[in-house]
Amino acid sequence: MSTFTERLGRVFGREVMGLLGLFALTVVAFSLTSPQFLSIGNFDSIGFQLPDLGLLTLAMLAPIIANGINLAVIATANLSGLTLAWILNMNGGPNAGVLAFVVGVAAALAVGGASGAAMGVVIAYFGAHPILASLAMMIFLKGLGEFLTRGGDISGFPAFLGEIGHGVILGIPVPMLVFAVAAILWHMLLARTRHGFAVAMIGSNPRASEYSGIPVRRSLTLVYALSGMMCALAGILMLTEFNSVRVGHGDALLLVTVLACFLGGVDPFGGFGRVAPVFVSLLILQTLSSGLNLLGANQHLSTAVWGLFLIAVMVFRSSTPTLRALFESVRK
Amino acid sequence: MRDYLRTHEGEVRLFVVLAALMLYLGLASPTFFTAGNLASLLNNNAVNVIWAVGLLVVLIAGGIDISFAVGASVAQYLTALALHAVGGGNWLFGLLFAGAFGIALGCINASLIAGFRIISIVATIATFNAFFGLLMFTTSGKSIYDLPDWWTDRIAVASLGAGGALTLPVAGMVAAMAATWFLISRTTTGRQIYAFGDNPEGARRAGVATVKIQFIAYGWLGLMAGIGGLMQVNLAQEVVPNALIGRELDVLAAAVLGGARLGGGRGSVLGCFLGVMLVAVVQNGLNLLGVSPYAFKMLIGLTILAAISLSNFELGALLAGGSRRHGHVDIH
Repeated sequence: MSTFTERLGRVFGREVMGLLGLFALTVVAFSLTSPQFLSIGNFDSIGFQLPDLGLLTLAMLAPIIANGINLAVIATANLSGLTLAWILNMNGGPNAGVLAFVVGVAAALAVGGASGAAMGVVIAYFGAHPILASLAMMIFLKGLGEFLTRGGDISGFPAFLGEIGHGVILGIPVPMLVFAVAAILWHMLLARTRHGFAVAMIGSNPRASEYSGIPVRRSLTLVYALSGMMCALAGILMLTEFNSVRVGHGDALLLVTVLACFLGGVDPFGGFGRVAPVFVSLLILQTLSSGLNLLGANQHLSTAVWGLFLIAVMVFRSSTPTLRALFESVRK
Repeated sequence: MRDYLRTHEGEVRLFVVLAALMLYLGLASPTFFTAGNLASLLNNNAVNVIWAVGLLVVLIAGGIDISFAVGASVAQYLTALALHAVGGGNWLFGLLFAGAFGIALGCINASLIAGFRIISIVATIATFNAFFGLLMFTTSGKSIYDLPDWWTDRIAVASLGAGGALTLPVAGMVAAMAATWFLISRTTTGRQIYAFGDNPEGARRAGVATVKIQFIAYGWLGLMAGIGGLMQVNLAQEVVPNALIGRELDVLAAAVLGGARLGGGRGSVLGCFLGVMLVAVVQNGLNLLGVSPYAFKMLIGLTILAAISLSNFELGALLAGGSRRHGHVDIH
């Protein structure tokens, strides 16, 4: 048994094992307090709610590993969603065909990627601080969306989009499948490719990376562009789920994505961070929220619990060495 | 004077831009240089300046705080309840309550950051969620309109001419700026805050009490958050629990635009004031020039993007292509 857990620990890393333990603990606690918690319906609702936050968190993860941040994730997702909405509306709205959808998705990804790339250029080539550059980009993109929509929402899309937003394949919600595929791709990109390696090295030490022949500026621009495309994917998924797009939709998720990254053990100074623990921390956050929901609490209590939960985990992590030293001294 | 120009290049540059902008607006619009317009510019932005100088102290100390605006909402709400409990109170009570609640919230952040060594951005994103979630959950989002008269009555403190009365929040702003200037420029503690922000380890070895410095910095921001919240009620004449959320990012952008360095060790009170005012004057000017309000945010975002790109732009370094700072400054 112990060799089995050791092997699991080697494969997934200690971080994931600890978080999986926490996840199991939350599931057990809620299933004891609420009989509906372990029902199919509840897991379905988790499966439909998690992917939006999940995709946005992936978009936040890559820049943080590069010792940056992308505070424009929600604004980019909204503007990309609007792009798809306009292309659908230009091609008949509810009667738009699959081709219009495909073109719209490509355009949305292009808009997301371009927004990210512009931000990346300001950060990499002009040396602006990522917090400030992405904050300014967020204000600009939100403003652009407000200017173009006059603050209203766009709706009236073809019925087949509902198959994506609310569909189920082999018992698994389609948004969850989209998120799972995106998470695996993101993991491959960050852990298995030359670019992913460059991103982590830049996050650790940009100057040493430059001297080692890593194209620092190009890689930084690319990481923000890819982050923008991931935002676009989130925006597209949100459009299919809610059947409408509005600037400001999902604003409350912005800092939750950062919270999820830090809960998943991503180093705030950059250089270190993996998709798997972040995925588990998203599961924990969504489980906490659904469980509290079943107990009759509202989203605001969940928000508070998320914050307190992050504090508890960080306090525990910072005291772990002290606790271990204490344990060792007692054993001696 | 020449020394001042050399050491405060950022402030001087910002001042020149602001002066040129105001001159242009004065020529383009007959209403810009009226007493009424200038007074409303100051009245409506006083609270942001109060918060910006509070945030400045934390930024100089090498930290960051995302939670101060929701902290101000919590302090407002608690102050309204406490004043109700003492039967109305007066300005002295209001200042004491709002200041004490603000400082208490700041000390929560400081104890997490200094006591448990949690990175400031992680800690304050956690407390941001915790403060806001708990506030909305316990109050059910209910606003308070039944406030003591002394709190909501407009108090004119000075006049710029006919129809241009400066109100109490401007006096609060001047007091906050003077007090913060005195703290960071004229006291030993202030020098220690700069030293700690520039090089925490060096400051520690030189005998700076690092924990005390962090409690002072976050406590000072808490005090300013509380007082800013108190002044904001005087302007808005109501306490709305979700009225201030989101303002933290605008204030952060303005403070950094004003020359405060993310990463610590640099920043000035005058810069904060100019940073807030630049954004405010751009918005005011767009309004006077008859630009559609839907375009405001977009153009403000563009202004900030242009400002940070220009202020970081070093043509020689860009052409030489050598290794430069990439804006990746560690935030403690």
